[in-house]
Amino acid sequence: MPSSAALGVAPTANAPARRPARRSLSTLPFLAPSVIVLLLWMIVPLAMTLHFSFIRYNLLNPALGGFAGWSNYEFLLTDPALWTALANTLLLVGWVLVITVGLGTLLAVLFDQDFPGRGIARLLVIAPFFVMPTVSALIWKNLMMHPINGVMAFVSRSLGFTPVDWFAEFPLTSVIIIVAWQWLPFALLILLTAIQSLDHEQREAARMDGAGPVSMFVFIILPHLGRAIGVVVMIETIFLLTVFAEILVTTSGGPGLATTNLAFLIYMRALLEFDVGGASAGGVIAIVLANIVAFFLVRAIARNLAT
Amino acid sequence: MANVSLREVRKDYGSFEAIKGVSLDVRDREFVVFVGPSGCGKSTLLRMIAGLESITGGDLEIDGRRMNEVGPADRGLAMVFQSYALYPHMSVADNMAFSLRLAGVPAAERERKVREVAGILQLGPLLHRKPGELSGGQRQRVAIGRAIVRQPKVFLFDEPLSNLDAALRVRMRIELAKLHESLAATMIYVTHDQVEAMTMADKIVVLQGGVIEQVGSPLDLYHHPRNLFVAGFIGSPTMNLLPASVTAVGPATVTVRLATGTEVAVPVLAGPLRPGDAVTLGVRPEHLNLGADGASGVAGEVLVAERLGGATYLHVRAGGGTMLVVQVDGDTPVHVHDRVLVPVDGHRCHLFGADGLALERTGRHPLADVTRAPRPLTH
Repeated sequence: MPSSAALGVAPTANAPARRPARRSLSTLPFLAPSVIVLLLWMIVPLAMTLHFSFIRYNLLNPALGGFAGWSNYEFLLTDPALWTALANTLLLVGWVLVITVGLGTLLAVLFDQDFPGRGIARLLVIAPFFVMPTVSALIWKNLMMHPINGVMAFVSRSLGFTPVDWFAEFPLTSVIIIVAWQWLPFALLILLTAIQSLDHEQREAARMDGAGPVSMFVFIILPHLGRAIGVVVMIETIFLLTVFAEILVTTSGGPGLATTNLAFLIYMRALLEFDVGGASAGGVIAIVLANIVAFFLVRAIARNLAT
Repeated sequence: MANVSLREVRKDYGSFEAIKGVSLDVRDREFVVFVGPSGCGKSTLLRMIAGLESITGGDLEIDGRRMNEVGPADRGLAMVFQSYALYPHMSVADNMAFSLRLAGVPAAERERKVREVAGILQLGPLLHRKPGELSGGQRQRVAIGRAIVRQPKVFLFDEPLSNLDAALRVRMRIELAKLHESLAATMIYVTHDQVEAMTMADKIVVLQGGVIEQVGSPLDLYHHPRNLFVAGFIGSPTMNLLPASVTAVGPATVTVRLATGTEVAVPVLAGPLRPGDAVTLGVRPEHLNLGADGASGVAGEVLVAERLGGATYLHVRAGGGTMLVVQVDGDTPVHVHDRVLVPVDGHRCHLFGADGLALERTGRHPLADVTRAPRPLTH
């Protein structure tokens, strides 16, 4: 739809409700500049990635070159690291979504209540979103989860427990916690505004109908939030598929491949092993994965948005 | 049985007192309308009865039981909101059954009750639709249906018709009146529309600034307004309020002189009034007419003629800066800038003292105390 409109054919054909349009003049010249820029913006990198993925291209060995056929893909798809990275990517996205949406909904309900200092509390809860990923990862690594200097270690020591070496024992969990901490404010913000848009009289009607806090949440607030949750899931998924800085700063994908996701695997191929061809093949696989996820997501959310 | 009584009920928002001590009795099967200008506290009062606003002083009793601390769902009331407040993600049937579902009523029983109420309101074919697919009038009926399903002691309506267009409003008004009759229910209804109040109420409560100005039957308020506020609020177009001074005081009449020099004898009890006191003479536009030449009355010039077809409102400027609205028959051949003479019949006039209170009339209007007889209980 948007592309057909952009090509300048749609406006007359698509608007039967309007007066018979006498706009036979072409809108193409006006649309063309932005369409061309956007197209180049998308097509050129995509084409280059596809191109690189089919040639032998390693920066360590410039002499090597020429068409590689499917060998880059073969090498990648038979590499167990890819499947570990895929699993890690989906685990990371899935768990962060569960935590941010779940906790975000509960916090949104909480922050919708009237309590003294609500303005300040809201500001504080939004704040993590403004911290750049590298900085928040460093803070978590050195101030919170560090087995000797960290706050968490201090707490467990003072309670008589052995401190947990988070990044050695639960590496992926630690990354999930950090990323979830960063994205929780976003989910909260969207869900809180959604809750606030809930018609006041609807809540009162439910109260008159005998709804207590729990039934109010289950029958009135949660259905009302459906659309907003869909938006949160969609936007977060887009960004979470490409989490990189947090992993680089905290675990560098390790120990082993425990926290290597697809984005980090591509980085390792391209900038640690200098295998541009193999990295590009990984990039193409990432595009395929993103499209599969997007397909299901858009279908699920489009149904949600239609009502 | 459902008697609601308010005893010196107050609502204090800390810096601002919205309801300043209201006492009122609503009898079983009565249709009571709260009416007043915006901000008069009528909606607040209704929400306090519903339990959606806390009561900061006084007592609310339903059937003799104090309800101040009882939650809104347990007072045995149902409310219809201005915005209908239907649950958008539930079908019409689920909307109506929601309270039963929360109360743990079995599904078959819920279904039966919903069908029964849907039958009363002709909602049968709509039961599976979502509120978003309904028209305004249908949504209104669903909201009423949701209230009926609960079989409440008292129905509360918060300006339920103000989101409908004019034609639909008239139809729903009649439907509501019929429903009141057939359900034999006690209803409390809030509106700012005096036509709704006059046409539907057994008893009108006029509120202003958080206090009750007057309680009475529609015609009681119309013929015997207690003060200037009620006189100006009830009736359309608004009653003419003219400054006057007392010239003579009799046992059953008070004679006053208007700024135009016209003298009018009004059959009211003078009370403490003495000749020379300043008073306000009130007379409704529909109680004025044009007089033949040579008759005595207020002479003036027609500035505006509003022709509604059946009736014409003449805005007449008389001497002394007095403005007068006169309702004449729509066929009267009067034109703007005509000189007209308006006789003032003292028997149709009201007198208000300097404190704004009406002087008691010597006789009551024969229809002022007529109330709709409650239908005998059949069950």
